Amino acid sequence: MLIYFLNSILFVLGLYCLIAKKHLVKKIIGMTIMDYAINLFIILLGYKKDGIPPILLPDMDINTFLQQSVDPIPQALVLTSIVIGLSTLALMVAISLRLYEKYKTFDMSEIRRLHG
Amino acid sequence: MEGMTFIVKTITKLLIGAIFLFAIYITFYGHLTPGGGFAGGIMLACGFILLTLAFGKKMSLGKLSDFWASLIDNLGAITFWSIGMLGYLSGYFFMNFIEKSNPFGLFSSGTILISNIAICLKVGSSIFAVFLALTIFGRFISDLIASEDED
Amino acid sequence: MESWLPIFVVAPLGMAFFNLIITKFVRHVSPYLTLSVVIFLLGLSLFFLGHEPFFYAVGGWQPPLGITLVWDSLSQLLILIVSIITLAVTLFAIPYMQQYTAQNKFYSLYLLMIAGMNGVILTGDFFNLFVFMEIASIASYALVAFGVEAEELEASFKYLILGGVSSTIILLGIALLYAATGTLNMADISATIQQGVSKNVLFFTFALFLMGFGLKSALVPFHAWLPDAHPSAPAPISAMLSGLIIKALGIYSVARIFFIIFGIVPIIKTILMVLGALSMVIGVFLAVGQWDFKRLLAYHSISQMGYVMVGIGLATPLGILGGLFHLLNHAVFKSLLFLCSGAFEYTTGTRQLKQLGGLIRKMPWTGSSCSIAALSISGVPPFNGFWSKFIIIVALFQSQNYLLAIITVFVSFMTLISFVKVQKYSLFGVLPKKLQDIKEVPVLMVSGMVILALLCIGLGVLFPVYGVSILESARNLMLEPARYLQYAMP
Repeated sequence: MLIYFLNSILFVLGLYCLIAKKHLVKKIIGMTIMDYAINLFIILLGYKKDGIPPILLPDMDINTFLQQSVDPIPQALVLTSIVIGLSTLALMVAISLRLYEKYKTFDMSEIRRLHG
Repeated sequence: MEGMTFIVKTITKLLIGAIFLFAIYITFYGHLTPGGGFAGGIMLACGFILLTLAFGKKMSLGKLSDFWASLIDNLGAITFWSIGMLGYLSGYFFMNFIEKSNPFGLFSSGTILISNIAICLKVGSSIFAVFLALTIFGRFISDLIASEDED
Repeated sequence: MESWLPIFVVAPLGMAFFNLIITKFVRHVSPYLTLSVVIFLLGLSLFFLGHEPFFYAVGGWQPPLGITLVWDSLSQLLILIVSIITLAVTLFAIPYMQQYTAQNKFYSLYLLMIAGMNGVILTGDFFNLFVFMEIASIASYALVAFGVEAEELEASFKYLILGGVSSTIILLGIALLYAATGTLNMADISATIQQGVSKNVLFFTFALFLMGFGLKSALVPFHAWLPDAHPSAPAPISAMLSGLIIKALGIYSVARIFFIIFGIVPIIKTILMVLGALSMVIGVFLAVGQWDFKRLLAYHSISQMGYVMVGIGLATPLGILGGLFHLLNHAVFKSLLFLCSGAFEYTTGTRQLKQLGGLIRKMPWTGSSCSIAALSISGVPPFNGFWSKFIIIVALFQSQNYLLAIITVFVSFMTLISFVKVQKYSLFGVLPKKLQDIKEVPVLMVSGMVILALLCIGLGVLFPVYGVSILESARNLMLEPARYLQYAMP
């Protein structure tokens, strides 16, 4: 249970960084930490101590296999979610570079031409 | 002189072949060992990024220009899409239509091997293209250098 | 014919990448490739219209193991809306996007957005929903920043951060749901929940989904990104975002998840109605004071989404019918209004209402379409907006929510005031000297707007008589979610 608690602390840290920091790059880092906290959480869902790979070979007993093997679905989900996180990260970095070009600052509190 | 120091260049020359080889290995054995198209593609892109950092943009763009990076990127996506479509022709979309054999052989998993190669091409070239777009072609870096000179 | 279902996702997805290859060698073909895909999708959706519900197992893996695509009456309604609006918007975009560079990238992102939306609508798998949602969202983040001016980048960054947070939260909800039920297939999850799942986990998931999809559909406490993001995009993309994205990713997902999969519980109903009423009132109050045409429309989007939420959250047969009808109507008239604002910007170069005036004399087609849409959104009979608002108000009175009904009537009145202002300052009044020599926009742009204007009239006059069956079958599904289990699983 402790590990889930630590994991949620990681998530909240990311959220705090995203909300409280004004620097664009720090916001991006906070976003990424949040994303990875979720990925870690999904991996933990499928974790089993001393687990075996989920490949059913002909000479295996199905019941012991089910007890011992790790859950493969969370790993597949996390791979997809990492790819999505990577593409979001690339887009965020690209946009923040362009923002720097236009406003000459990374401070979000000075980037406020839109309001109302 | 473009690029980094002599030491970095020499080490890069020694390592780059091994990096590419390992990337290809990871891609081809993705269905048997940890790894796969995405991890292999990232390694491929990292190899090109290392080349760019060590030797400067002229050399690495000579190996893989932005035009070709973007073209291979789309070709990889289209290949992956076509694998899905070929499966569609034989029943269901993304059907594994190639015959499968015993586990732990290279050609044992039907379309997964081809899909991994397509993903590797797609990911490798697109990550490299993203790197190019963010650094070399952005005006940001030159602006930053110029502003540091003023300080 | 059932095997044609994945084409809704596959065709735009494949064309998005094919387009980028072909335009490296042959320039200026991407608009026509996009148009052909969009027309094909419209034909396909008409071909599927009225088909019995069924599921399609991707890769031949049967549910609950594999990913499924499900065609039923709710997805039928949404697919139809998406196909029609996309056709009109694409026709409009072909001349409009000539002002921008890198058109091939625009059309590829546009096609990816369509593929993502169709995927969200059709999928029967939770994680697949997340993936398609991200495809549509990432394409829309990039499209909002397409002009790469300062305001557009700022709006896009805000949209990206809030959209990213909402996606992360939805992913957390999906992970918890997987931990609780051990499956990702929607129908299987629904069946498992009926057998009994820990209430605490379920309510935590409800809260996460409500927050995530609330952010995507811009309900009021989560609305901050919408008034920046929607006006900043190029006009066709504004029309897509306001007309389709917030519905497919927001309202549709709420309807699918809370009504069909979880089965509606009273507290969710109350929350949806309160959020809807808040959006309705705050959106319209913020809209009245705006002088930027597109920004005003964006605030009205928040307000009108509130109507849909109130109607759906009421969860009575008439209420859901009104909500779904308003969803359809809002898609039509709000995209039309955004296209009109784009047409005004195309000819006059500004979207400040105070600098416009008398445009209906110079641009009769655009002007009259804009007028029709404005009358529709403010609920003037016999246009379509009147009927759906009327149904929602009657449903509120029937279920004895008198206060909410009065608020709804009041908001409708405020909308009317706001759009009288728009008409007075843009269409009628004195033509400024600067704008004496403007001309009507190109014929393709006009055709896109006229299709939607005709739909506004057609839905208003004919739909109450002929078209109710599509809405009714969608409503029946939302009222009796047990049906979903019958056809979404073998």
